[in-house]
Formats: sequence, C-alpha cells, structure tokens
Amino acid sequence: MSAVHRARGAVFGLETAAAWLLGLLWVLPLVYAFWAAFHPGEFSTRFVLTAPLTLDNFAKAWAAAPFARYFVNTVLLVTTVLAAQLVLVTLAAYAFARFEFPGRNLLFALVLVQLMIMPDVLIVENYRTMSALGLKDTILAIGLPYMASAFGIFLLRQTFKTIPRELDEAARVEGCSPLQVLWKVYVPLARPVYLAYALVSVSYHWNNFLWPLIITNSVESRPLTVGLQVFASTDQGIDWSIITAATLLTSGPLLVAFLLFQRQFVQSFMRAGIK
Amino acid sequence: MTRQMQWLYGWLLVLPAAALLALFTHYPAIATAWHSFHSTPKGARPAVFVGGDNYRLLVDDPIFWQSLTNNLWYALGTIPASIGLALLMATWVNGRLPGRGFLRLAFFTPTILPMIAVANIWLFFYTPEYGLLEQITKGLGFASHNWLGSKGSALGALMVVAVWKEAGFFMIFYLAALQSMSPNLAEAAAIEGASRWYFFRRVTFPLLMPTTLFVLVNAVINAFRMVDHVVVMTRGGPDNATELLLYYIYEIGFRFWDTAYAAVLTMVLLAILGTVALAQFWFIGRRVHYQ
Amino acid sequence: MWANSIRRAVLGFVAAVASGIALAQAPVEVSFYYPVAVGGPITKLVDGLAADFEKENPGIKLKPIYTGTYQDSITKALTAVKSGEPPVTSILLSTDMYTLIDEDAIVPFDDLVKTPEDQAWLKSFYPAFMENSQTGGKTWGIPFQRSTIVLYYNKELFKEAGLDPNRPPQNWKEQVEYAQKLTKRDASGKVTQWGLQIPSSGFPYWLFQALAIQAGTNLMNATGTQTYYDRPEVIEGLTYWVDLVKKHKVHPEGIVEWGSTPKDFFEKKVAMVWTTTGNLTNVRTNAKFDFGVAMLPAGKQRGSPTGGGNFYVYKKATPAQREAAFRFIKWITTPQRAAQWGIDTGYVAVRADAWETPAMKQYVAGFPAAAVARDQLPYAKAELSTHDNQRVTKALNDGLQAALTGAKTPEQAMKDAQREAERLLRSFR
Repeated sequence: MSAVHRARGAVFGLETAAAWLLGLLWVLPLVYAFWAAFHPGEFSTRFVLTAPLTLDNFAKAWAAAPFARYFVNTVLLVTTVLAAQLVLVTLAAYAFARFEFPGRNLLFALVLVQLMIMPDVLIVENYRTMSALGLKDTILAIGLPYMASAFGIFLLRQTFKTIPRELDEAARVEGCSPLQVLWKVYVPLARPVYLAYALVSVSYHWNNFLWPLIITNSVESRPLTVGLQVFASTDQGIDWSIITAATLLTSGPLLVAFLLFQRQFVQSFMRAGIK
Repeated sequence: MTRQMQWLYGWLLVLPAAALLALFTHYPAIATAWHSFHSTPKGARPAVFVGGDNYRLLVDDPIFWQSLTNNLWYALGTIPASIGLALLMATWVNGRLPGRGFLRLAFFTPTILPMIAVANIWLFFYTPEYGLLEQITKGLGFASHNWLGSKGSALGALMVVAVWKEAGFFMIFYLAALQSMSPNLAEAAAIEGASRWYFFRRVTFPLLMPTTLFVLVNAVINAFRMVDHVVVMTRGGPDNATELLLYYIYEIGFRFWDTAYAAVLTMVLLAILGTVALAQFWFIGRRVHYQ
Repeated sequence: MWANSIRRAVLGFVAAVASGIALAQAPVEVSFYYPVAVGGPITKLVDGLAADFEKENPGIKLKPIYTGTYQDSITKALTAVKSGEPPVTSILLSTDMYTLIDEDAIVPFDDLVKTPEDQAWLKSFYPAFMENSQTGGKTWGIPFQRSTIVLYYNKELFKEAGLDPNRPPQNWKEQVEYAQKLTKRDASGKVTQWGLQIPSSGFPYWLFQALAIQAGTNLMNATGTQTYYDRPEVIEGLTYWVDLVKKHKVHPEGIVEWGSTPKDFFEKKVAMVWTTTGNLTNVRTNAKFDFGVAMLPAGKQRGSPTGGGNFYVYKKATPAQREAAFRFIKWITTPQRAAQWGIDTGYVAVRADAWETPAMKQYVAGFPAAAVARDQLPYAKAELSTHDNQRVTKALNDGLQAALTGAKTPEQAMKDAQREAERLLRSFR
C-alpha cells in the first residue's frame, strides 16, 4: 500500500513540476515584455540582473504614436459592439427560445451559419459594402459586422430555454408585456451568461486586427492593435524595448481587469454553462 | 397571446439581428460567389462576366495550392495540440496542485494579449544568434537555427505561437465543465481502486464530449481565421512557406487589388468552413446530446 | 470691332474679379495624404510646414492627412479614388506609379509645368530619382522622401580583424574577403559573429536589386512592361548572394529579417549590414561603437536602387486645386526645404543644390556619413516597378527566398520568377 502511495506521490510531484514548467513557459512572453519594457534598449536582448531600471521606453512609446487616441477608439469600439450585441442578441434569443413563428427553424439555421462563416473571412465583400455605405474608416464600420453575433444568440437561447415557463407565465398573469417579462425574468436569470459573453466579446474585439487593419486608415478610427502594428513596422526595424512598452500600455487595462476579476470570470463561465 | 401576436413578436424580435446577419454574412457570401465569376474592375474598365476563368486561374496557381496545404497542415498541427493542452491544463488547475491560482492565470494570459503585440515578442524569441530560444539552445550546446527564416521550420514556429495563444482560452471551457462535475464520482472511483487514467478515459472524457466539440469547432475556425502572427512575423515567407489561405486572400484583395481572384479564394475558404459546419451538425445529431 | 473687344475686356475683368472674390471667400482646399515610414515626430514637422505654406499663400487651405504606412496610404488613396473623393495630392511610393496610372488616378506634371522656371525646377532633381517618376515621356511623380541602400560597418570589429576601419570594401571580391576576416567561430565551429548580412524578409527584391545592378543590369525596362529576372547578370547577382551563405559561409543562413537587422548590428552579431539610408539616425543613436557608412561595393559597377516616396497629383481634383497643389510641391522642394527635410528625417535630399545650402553643409561637416548616399546617387537606378507591381514583385521575392533557403538553384528560381512575371505582364504590352 505504501509503495502505491509513494508511486502516487511521485506522479503527483512530476505532474506539479510539469504543470509549473508549462505555466512558466506560458507567461514567458509576458515576463519578457516586462523585462524589455523596463530596461534600457541594450538590455532588451541581454538578461543581466544588475541592469538599470527605466521608464524611458514608456515615455518614448507614448510620444511616438497617438496611443491616447487609439485607446479612446478601442474603448469606443468594444463598448459600442458589446452594447449592440447585448441588445440584438437578447431580443433574437428570446424570440427563438419562447416564440412560435413561421420560419423560425430556418431563421435559426441561417443564424448558425455565422458560427462558422465569421465576418473575419468575408473581408473582401464587407469592405465593398462598407464603401457603398460610406462607412469606411469609421469605428462603426469595424464593429458593425460583429454586432449580430450567432454565438451570443445560440448561447442565450440555450440559457433562456432552461428557464422554467412557470416564471414566465406568472409574470404574464401579473400583466407584464413580453418585453417586460424579458427584462424582469429572463435577463436577470441569465446574468452569468451575459458576463461570460461580455468578457469573450471584449477580449475578442480589443485584440481583433485584420478587419480593423483593412477598414481603417486614419488615426481617428484606428484601434490599438492596428496602431501598434503601424507603429512597429517602420523602415528602421524593430525596437523591442519600445514595442514591449507599447504592448504593456495597450493591453494593461485588460490584464489588470482579468487579474481583478479572474475568479468571477471562471465562475460565470461555469454558470453560463459554456461547456 | 394570439397566434398572430406570437408571430409578430417573434419576427420583430429577430428582425434587427437577422437584418445585420443578412447584410454582413449572407449577402457577402452570395456576393462573393457572384464576383468570383467576374473580372476585377480597373480604372475605366468595369467588371465583366468571365465565367470560370478565375477558377481556372485558381487551379493553375501554385501559391494557392501551397497556401491550402499549408493551412491544412497548420490545422492538423494546431487543433489537436491546443485542445490536448487545454484539457491537460484544465485538469491541472482543477486539481489540487500547489499554486494553481498562478497557473490558471499563467495559462490564460495569452488570451488577453493581442496577437499583434505578442507576435513581435515571439519574433524576438525566434531571432537567430541572440533570440531567447537561441540563447537557451546555445547554452545546451545545440547548433544555431533560423526558425522563421527556413522553409522547413517557419510554419511550425507559427503553429507554436498559435497553440500558445489558444490553449488557455479553451482551458477555461474545460475548467468550467470540470468544475460543474460532481466530485463524488471521482471519489467513488478512487475508492473502487480505479486508476485516474481509467477514470478519465471512461468517465470524465465522455462527459466532456460536448465541451470538446464546442472547442473543436472553435479551433477549426481559428485555424482558418487567425493570421495576425503571419502579418507580423513572416508575411507568408520564406517563399510562401507560411502562406495561409486568409492571408493570401488579404494579399490578393488588399495588396494586389484583385478583388475577383480574392473572391474565388474566399469561395474556397467558405467551402471548407461549410463542410466543417455540415460535419459538425451531423456529428451533433449522432453523438452528442445538447439540450 | 471695338465694342466687341471692349466687351471682351470687361467680361474678362468681371470674371477675374469674380474669381478673385471667390478665391478670397473660399480658399482652394488641398487635401494631402502622407505616410510616415521612419521614426521621429514627422506629423508635427508636416503640420508645421503646412502652416508656413498657408501663411505665404493665403488663398490656399492645405489639409495634411496622415495615412499610416506606405501600404496603408496607397490603400487609402486607391479606395478614395474608387469612391470618387480622392485627395488632391499625396506622397506614395515611387513604385506605385504604374498602379496609379492603371487606375487612372493621377495626372502627369507636364500639364502643370508651364514657365521656364518650372522646367528648370523639374530638371533640378537627381536623375536617379526621376527614373522612378517618369514613363512614356511624361513625369508622373516628384521625388520627395527618397532613400538608397548603403553599407553600415562596425569600425571596432574592423580593427579587431586587422582591417583598416577607414577603408570599407570597394568591390565584391573585397566584400567576401572582409566578411571572411570578420566572421568569428568558437571552438566548436559555431559562428558567433557574421561578416555580412543582407536582409531578405518582406521586400528582398529591393536589396537584391542592388546586386543585380552591380552585376550589370537593372531588373525591368523603363516602361514597366518587361522584367529581366532571368538575365545572366541577375542570376550572377543572386549566385553571389547565395555563395556568401553556402560557399563562403560568412552570411547567416535562411531568411534574414529586415526588422531585426539593425539590432543584429548593434549586438555585434554582424560586422557589416546592408540597409536603407533611412536607418542613419537610428544607427547613430543606438550603436554603442564607432561605425562607418559606405557605398555598396561594386561588382562590374557600383549600384543601388532608389527607394521611398514621390508626390502625385490626382485627376479628380479641380484645375484650381491641382494648380494649388503644384504650388505647394514646388514650395516644399526648394533647396532649403529639401535640405531641411533630409536633415530632420534622414532621407536623401532630392536635388543637388540642396546639398549646397549652408544648413546641409554644416550638417554634413558634423556627420560626413550623411553624404554617402548622395555620393552613391550617380550609380543609383530606378527601384523595381512595373504594371501590376505588387504581384510582379512578389514573383521575384518568392524566387529570391527560394534560392536563399536552398529550395531552388539561383538559376531555377529566377527562371520561374521570370515566367510568372511574363504571364502577369503580357496583357500590358
């Protein structure tokens, strides 16, 4: 018995070591970003513990590109996208979950198409559409193709379906209209799903790159990711100290938010039943 | 509520989302097909119907075939690796390992960092002579290697970055699923003397099947959707060794301005994704019971 | 008769007054797209220049619009053309000329150049830069922020290797010999310091073009309808490059990243690098050692392609706007301003007399390396630019990378590239 115990202990030790090794590997790029950003340029590729610390790189990065403006653009982008998504997705999911109407199944199937064929692959035609609508180079144009989210509709429909009809009917008896029922019964009960969905949406659009790269071309509409790339791709090559500083500047808010809310984050995923 | 009211509510509630979906998913998919049979308008020359000419070009285009094979290898490499790692990570941080708070955070950070930024960092890792990887392999006595600059290793190097980026995100889904599983099952199994591997294989993994499917679909999409690191690290080079389909579409459509040919390429991508979608529905119908 | 001419005179006067009033009421608005491809506060510089210009030309309202990288800028310009609202003028790569012509987006400057002064101004630019600005007997672009390739070398490493730090390699043979002396290996034979590197990621065609010109030929004809990728000289140039890697083993293997090349140089991983003159300021600030800048070594002859951006004027603009844009372009390319722009940004001042200005003379006296690019200009040739430019260039890029990674022989790679270019260019002849 004790041999088995010992064997189990050894396996456990080995696993712990492996897990830690993988974990360290996984944070390595972030650790490197901190190293390079807080040390002078000549130490960006040399790891000497006595290297002097500096904030110069941040100052340089901040001065070299209009990051403040990019920041505002990204925040505007993720909030408008999220707000529109929440409204559109809630309404559609409610209809699919609780209303009988002709064409419902067909419509739902058409919605699910977007799960696979995401706007990211339809860049050529969507670009054409945006030009025709005169929306090119606007923040709205970056977000618009993503606002009706099949993933969100699918997710919320699943959740709404699990809510007992009795609650719904009780509210109706009290004289609530369908929209009031949605607002008073369904939305509060689906809160964890909303939270999980919001987090996925925000991190997705905060980091989205290819479509914004294509559809924007001015400082006024460019989000952080595109700004970062424009800033990094000069003729002069890469300056890792400044790029890492810019990286930390641009993803800082998201990192801090995750650090603060990571427990709630995972729990909301659990409760959301995204599994 | 009358039936008519039900209908009206249903339609009105779906309308805004459906309109946007139609405009930015269904219409462009169809328009892509339409434009793929026309020439690219240039200057004063408008687009004309050219039948299957663009498709014939596609068949003769070695770069297309290379990008397709690259993409298939890329999918084959990244999907199992990121899902396997995600599952492993989830079981680790779900267990009683010391420091699992840190681990959970560590595994998840790549999800939060923009690919465009970390790709620059990975570029440093892969730099010959003094890059981080070189510093380590040199210390261990291995020969120097130009990871991104050799045809043989460039795609693999990008795959590592993709797996690194994705695995933590998928882990969250597995973790949520694992945490909602009853711990009694595992305890009962342990008392019965079942090995952990046996328990995982016969109980946990089947229970995780819906999650695996969900993650799989996401991984497949990502394999065809994620090209940010290509833009930063290799631009499809060396000699098209890292040319992926979507990046090729971007090049053709927005650098070469050949929108008709880009439409043909998009059709290929749509066909691939459509096939995956059909396979998935078929699979859901047969194997997995959603609600 | 009399009445008629009086009437005409009166009418003309009225028209002139009316247009004068219109001018006073609504100044001509000139939108101006410009990219930034080097570090530094370029947007502030441009805004400052625009303000100065407006002060001197009250009838013109200049609207500078920063459009990102060169790539972003051509995209933005072309889509603006397609949507019917192009800028009045823009700075875009000189190699975008054929693309812009094929899209029917721009007008030649010949219609705007009227006075003898204008003629003289047009002749004042270095001929090497004008090669990329003219085709079919017309001038479509005006050189503004231009560059060439030069050799940067580490003087300290030269001394260590027993080489004269003030005598950079003059020809291909010396370049190999120097590189051999500058390549260091450790006990196990691993290279710790390379002799030479020529970057080959992203746009290898540009650096390769220098080798081809040095071997005796440029890569395309003057009308942009024919490439010479499979000429023996071109293959000779590529063989030289591949030999540096495979035969002499003085150049890193595989594809050398453009972006990390300056860093490689700062880290002393390589003793000599080829890169743009636009890197001068960067190297000056970041190299912690004494460095030299030299003309590229000669093969049969010296040579480098030019690079960088030209001014273009758009077709959709009104005649008054074009006239105003033309006035601005003349204003910003005076010797003084061309010199100042070169000093501020590191680009090569585009006309000979700019180098005679006091400001430039003083700058060169303090930093002689800045004049190397100028001295090389007599040997410089047009950058690779053809119809369907991006694709024709990609064919070459792919071929070069195939040869450098060992996937194809230089000869095979260039034959394949030429075949692809032939296919693409057939419809333009």
